[in-house]
This record gives sequence, structure tokens and C-alpha cells, in this order.
Amino acid sequence: MPEKHLSTQFDSELSSVSSRVMEMGGLVEAQVQQAVQALGQFNAEEARQVIELEHRVNTMEIELDHEISSIIARRQPTARDLRLLMAISKAIANLERAGDEAEKMARMVLSIIHNGAPRALPASELRTAADLAAGQLRKALDAFARLDTTNAVAILKEDDLIDREFDSFVRVLITYMMEDPRTISPSLDLLFLAKAIERVGDHAKNIAELIIYIVKGADVRHSSIEEIESVLK
Amino acid sequence: MEPISNPAETPAPKISVRNLDFFYGKFHALKNINLDIPQNKVTAFIGPSGCGKSTLLRVFNRMFELYPDQRAQGEVLLDGENLLTSKEDVALLRAKVGMVFQKPTPFPMSIFDNIAFGIKLFESLSATDLEERVEWALRKAALWNEVKDKLKQSGSSLSGGQQQRLCIARGIAIKPEVILLDEPCSALDPISTAKIEELITELKDDYTVVIVTHNMQQAARCSDYTAYMYLGDLVEFGSTEQMFFKPTRKETEDYITGRFG
Repeated sequence: MPEKHLSTQFDSELSSVSSRVMEMGGLVEAQVQQAVQALGQFNAEEARQVIELEHRVNTMEIELDHEISSIIARRQPTARDLRLLMAISKAIANLERAGDEAEKMARMVLSIIHNGAPRALPASELRTAADLAAGQLRKALDAFARLDTTNAVAILKEDDLIDREFDSFVRVLITYMMEDPRTISPSLDLLFLAKAIERVGDHAKNIAELIIYIVKGADVRHSSIEEIESVLK
Repeated sequence: MEPISNPAETPAPKISVRNLDFFYGKFHALKNINLDIPQNKVTAFIGPSGCGKSTLLRVFNRMFELYPDQRAQGEVLLDGENLLTSKEDVALLRAKVGMVFQKPTPFPMSIFDNIAFGIKLFESLSATDLEERVEWALRKAALWNEVKDKLKQSGSSLSGGQQQRLCIARGIAIKPEVILLDEPCSALDPISTAKIEELITELKDDYTVVIVTHNMQQAARCSDYTAYMYLGDLVEFGSTEQMFFKPTRKETEDYITGRFG
């Protein structure tokens, strides 16, 4: 917020909420990255750390929700302040769920380690999608902090990449399962894992859409890239 | 500065302001205002003190003519007829375009007579018809239940909020077409304010309502269209929803979000 309100208290409340969102975003980003690493190395310790972070993320979401309702009740924000708070409220819900997905990934990793036989399956092929998703989330948070619509659009365009990685991974898993039915159970774990990665990408995409909502006041959910670009002109 | 407005979605205008300039002596208080006030809608004027919003309101029923050295140039069309040059009796104009002021101004007479006074100026009704009209106006202004047993008491015995509703009842008793409200709630407590806002919403079924308010949330709550004025210019005019969610002009946004100063 470059320009100040008449009420400096309002300014400090808004900037407190904004910086706490970034803090929460940082936590979730760390969770996702750690989950990706746990997956890459089948590292049970890292997986457990991801699960431990979950509690802090949940608490932050609840605290932020409370701060936002309090600002709305006392300040009756309008125009871009209103859009900012609405967007933050939705962004933190997306962050919390991205954190949930990271937790799911970690639990799958633990389950795969516990059941053994991870080496036979193409788990490493998930690495690209996982890196992409973690990167998307990081970029979405950066763009959110700067209210940068250009990078927001770039994130929306890249969401396809993760979806395509997911589809091709599913096809690979199917061939494994057809060749050897004993791989079905661990394959299903990997499938859920891949789905969780794909969902992290979706949450990053939702956050990117919210940036456009704050800056332009346009709701671009379910819009094509062409429509979104015309809004930004 | 050209005002931004979105006339495409505004319904038929009741009042059209065209190239209106207003002067207090040499002071240029309104600068080339162009605006359509939609019929059967509530239009709010907002802006900081001295922006010209009350001045503009007072042009609509030529109230400014009561004062020397005040003059308006341009056109203000009421149903297509320029009321600034009209030969019509100004009292008849004010019967069509009623006004309620910031401070409640009950006449020093009974509640009943406060309402009946204006009616008797313009119409000769039988006693029964007059009583019916008074009751109708008081009901319309959501005051009837509170005063029906004390119609003979003085208007000034009522509370501030009741007095203001009495003034609104007095305004609608003569069945005007437009009601101008100049900060009608600024002297009232929140409950009286809520009653008047409720009333404003009901009044628009029958009347075109124009309200000047310092309370932006009031404009947001009860108007359909909002005009933002600053230093005699109409900066932006649009649907209230758009003005409070995504105003087009940065000046409007700064004012509405409290970044003005």
C-alpha cells in the first residue's frame, strides 16, 4: 500500500495482516518444498517435519481470519481495501489447503517407505511436477506481495504444465500396474501423491487469480487466458 | 475535468443537469456539471466539505434564489423542462421537488398541522380527506404508530429522529415527485438513522430521491447511484456498487478508502 490512510491505525492493521499472510505463505512454501525433498529421497525425517508444521499453519489461518473479520467490523473497508481483505481471506484458505496437500504428500511418502518396494516404481518422475508446483506457489506468493499482475498471468499460463505432467505420470503408473499387479497398492499411493502435487499447483493458480482481483477488481476465476489478458489491458 | 459516468446502464433520468455552473458572488462553486438523476432511484452525492454537493442539491428546487449574489448558469431539466428559466411559480416547483434539511425543522404547531399546513397551500381537501392524507404521510414516513395518539401535541415535543421523520412526512404529504435530503441523519442517533435509511429505500418506489451525505457508509447502504464531487467538479458518477467496489477514478478511490487528505 503506497499511499496512507487518514487513519494510521488502519494502515498498520492492513500491513500487519499483509505481512502475516506472507509469513503463513512462507511456512506453507517450506512445507511443500520439504515434502518434495522427502519424496525425492524417501526421507522419513523430512516427511515428519512437514506434518509437524501443519499445526502452525492451521493456527495462523484461524488468527488471520479473526484479524480480517475484526478489520471489516471496525473499518468497513471499501474499494481496493475491501478487495485486498477479501482476497487475503481467500488466499489464506488456499494456503491452508496447499499445506494440507503437503501434509498428504508427506504421509504418502511415509506410507511408501513403511510398505517398502518404492524403488520399483517411477517415483522420481514426480520430481518435475513437484518442483513445478513448489515453484508456482513461491511465484504466486512473490506476485501477491508485489501485487504484480504480469507475473500472476505467467503463473496461470504455467498451470497447464503441471496438469500435463500429472496426466503423463498417470499413464506411466497404469503401465506399471498392468505389468505387475503387485505394484497396484504402492502405485495408488503414488497416484494420490501426484494428485496432491497437482492440487498445490491449483492453489497457487487460485492465489494468482486473486492478485488480478485486487488490482483490477475483476473476478477471473473460470476465465480463459485470453479473457484475463483483455482485463489487464 | 470530464466526469466519468456509465449512462448506458442508468434508467430514464428524472433530472438532467447540463453544463451547470454556479457562483456565490465571484466564487465558482460548481464547474460545468453534467449529470442524470435516474427516476425512482436513490442518488447520493458524496465528497468533502465545500465540494459543492449541497449547492447542487439546492439548485434542484431553486432554493439558492433565496439568497442574493447566488446564480446558476446552464440547464437543469426536470422531466425535460429547464427549471432554471421556467416561468413556473417557484412554490409549485418546490411542491414537486421537496427538501428535508440537516436539522429537523418542525413548524411551531401541532404534529397534525405540521403535515396539514403544506397540503392546505396546494389543495383544498375536505376535513376527512385531509385527515386521511395526514395519516397516509405519517404512515409513509414510518411515524404514525409513534404519534397517532398525540397528533395535537407540538411537533417540537418529538425526539430528534421523530422530528426528522415528521419533516419527511411533511415533504411527502404534498405528493412531490422528487425528494431532496440534505444530510438528513447527521444530527440523529444510529437507530433513528436506520429508520430513515429504511424509509429512503421505501420512498424510491414512488419518488426520485437525492441525498447529500457526509457518511459514506450511508451512501453505500441506501443509494443506487453515487456521485463523487470535489472542489466544484463532478469527479465520478456511477452505480453505488461500482463506486464502492471498483471506482474508475483514483481520486474517488482515495476518498472512498479514506486516503484523502
